[in-house]
Amino acid sequence: MNRIDRAFKRLRASGGKAFIPYIMAGDPNIETTMERVLMLEECGADIIELGVPFSDPVADGPTIQRAAERAIKAGVSLKRMLSFMTELRKRSQVPIIFMTYYNPVFKYGEENFIEDAAAAGVDGMIIPDLPPEEAGGLIKECHAKGINTIFLVAPTSTAERMKVIAFASRGFIYYVSMTGITGSKLSPEEQFRGHLGRLKELTGRPVAIGFGISNPDDARNMAAFADGVIVGSAIVRKFHEDPGGAREFIKKLREAI
Amino acid sequence: MPALLELEAEYAKAKKDRSFLDELELLQKTYIGRPTALYFAKRLTEYLGGAKIYLKREDLAHTGAHKINNAIGQALLAKKMGKKRVIAETGAGQHGVATATGAALVGLECEIYMGSIDIKRQALNVFRMKLLGAKVNEVSIGSQTLKDAINESMRDWTTNVRTTHYVLGTVFGPHPFPSMVRDFQAVIGKEAKRQILKAEGRLPDCLIACVGGGSNAMGLFNEFLADNIRMIGVEAGGRGIEGGQHAARFAGGSIGVLQGCKTYLLQDEDGNVLETHSVSAGLDYASVGPQHAFFKDAGRVEYTYAVDDEAMAAFELLSRTEGIIPALESAHAIAEAAKVAPKMSGDKIIIVNLSGRGDKDVQQVAKIKGIEIC
Repeated sequence: MNRIDRAFKRLRASGGKAFIPYIMAGDPNIETTMERVLMLEECGADIIELGVPFSDPVADGPTIQRAAERAIKAGVSLKRMLSFMTELRKRSQVPIIFMTYYNPVFKYGEENFIEDAAAAGVDGMIIPDLPPEEAGGLIKECHAKGINTIFLVAPTSTAERMKVIAFASRGFIYYVSMTGITGSKLSPEEQFRGHLGRLKELTGRPVAIGFGISNPDDARNMAAFADGVIVGSAIVRKFHEDPGGAREFIKKLREAI
Repeated sequence: MPALLELEAEYAKAKKDRSFLDELELLQKTYIGRPTALYFAKRLTEYLGGAKIYLKREDLAHTGAHKINNAIGQALLAKKMGKKRVIAETGAGQHGVATATGAALVGLECEIYMGSIDIKRQALNVFRMKLLGAKVNEVSIGSQTLKDAINESMRDWTTNVRTTHYVLGTVFGPHPFPSMVRDFQAVIGKEAKRQILKAEGRLPDCLIACVGGGSNAMGLFNEFLADNIRMIGVEAGGRGIEGGQHAARFAGGSIGVLQGCKTYLLQDEDGNVLETHSVSAGLDYASVGPQHAFFKDAGRVEYTYAVDDEAMAAFELLSRTEGIIPALESAHAIAEAAKVAPKMSGDKIIIVNLSGRGDKDVQQVAKIKGIEIC
């Protein structure tokens, strides 16, 4: 069983909610990333999203974009991240999702990449610039190799679109808490409460909420009506600006969820 | 994605809507100043000593470049779709000016994204956009040029999709943009065909246009695709292909997927997009419209490049022989004409798309030549 599915199964049994932190791999370097992944696991992360840097991250805000610039400078690429995963799997079985963009995958070769990623122990894939309509080949490869494909539902998504996305997704569905990019400010929750409810009616899969969750209070609010909460920019910022305070911040997020 | 589907549906409706097309046609005539002239460049032809060179004078269109053809079309469409606000990216500033103009014309709010480097080298156009009531947002992340301005526009569009239409400026990005922008620019080739038949009684032998994203080239070429005519697209060779400081995607790139389309791309082995260089901001871009990639692979259009120095020489050549100061982008097409025309006999005909005027570049050229003008 895929590690992500196992995590949600465990949480469902215990009534808990998934805490899914995001960090940019290679920011500031790959050695630190290894330490931070282990630290996130230790602090209670259920699943970890690893950003694999790309030069043109159109779905990300400035915080993650600048982190990606630093990571590229540090020499981190998709290829480098696969050897990282092989190392990590000797030390940890925490579920790992790669979040990257389509061009690095295309350049690597879709089929080869999925095969190598599965062998290295990657559990899930988020490629925000690849809509499900264009992802047929990748979805097939991933599912054949036991990797979950996770697609994003936006507050503007129609019921019809939510069906397409739910059908293409495995593991969980990523619900974007607002229209926009990662790290933006939150919109009033009632705006998406109803919409999220419709999504839950359409699918039996877990739904995790991300984008714009910047503190434990946000995380607590979101956790109330989802199966998991994804925190990205706020953690990336904390690690960059105040690495010493990061552990405390992450623990508080965990407690809130 | 839903925004793209909405746009596709709305554009398909507009394309068949007589009142939309009539309004566009009237504005093309009375506001943009179409048809633009097809001008026989007699002295340039004599100087080069070969094929007859005609210039399609898009530089005479309102706001000084072909960009207005697309911007007015999309501004009308945005209005029809009930959007309150338009946004656009710009490199050289021509598309930003054109969009700001279109927004003022139909009464929409307008914000333009422009890289910091481009803001510096196209200061005049930045001020023009502001005069037209647009807000200019500086993009100081990434390469700080056109590519990053597109990224920021896409981010804005994703955030404000309910109220906002993104006026993409070239035959690039996700469907329906490449087809829609081609359609709005196709007027260039339609007029040119009519005009050359009237002037010469026959079709030309060769068409030349510069290719950044590729909208002016698509606009000229589209009408002639079925004809047996040589077509040349000219990319920015920058400081030469070898050193990597260029924007020649066909000469130095490989296939990739960026900003919603699969096409030729300047990228490294990890799939990260490379920095580009060109003296011309409008051509300084790591990717190219997907239709051009198709024409390249199908062998229908030849793609070559002109380096900065050649473009600069062509800029001066056209100014002196014809009294026309071309945009640095268009100067790349003139540079290619200067290479091709002398090899052709005097009874052959070339049409060069003079996509924009060079007023915006005068300061930049003076700076490169080490001349202080203010």
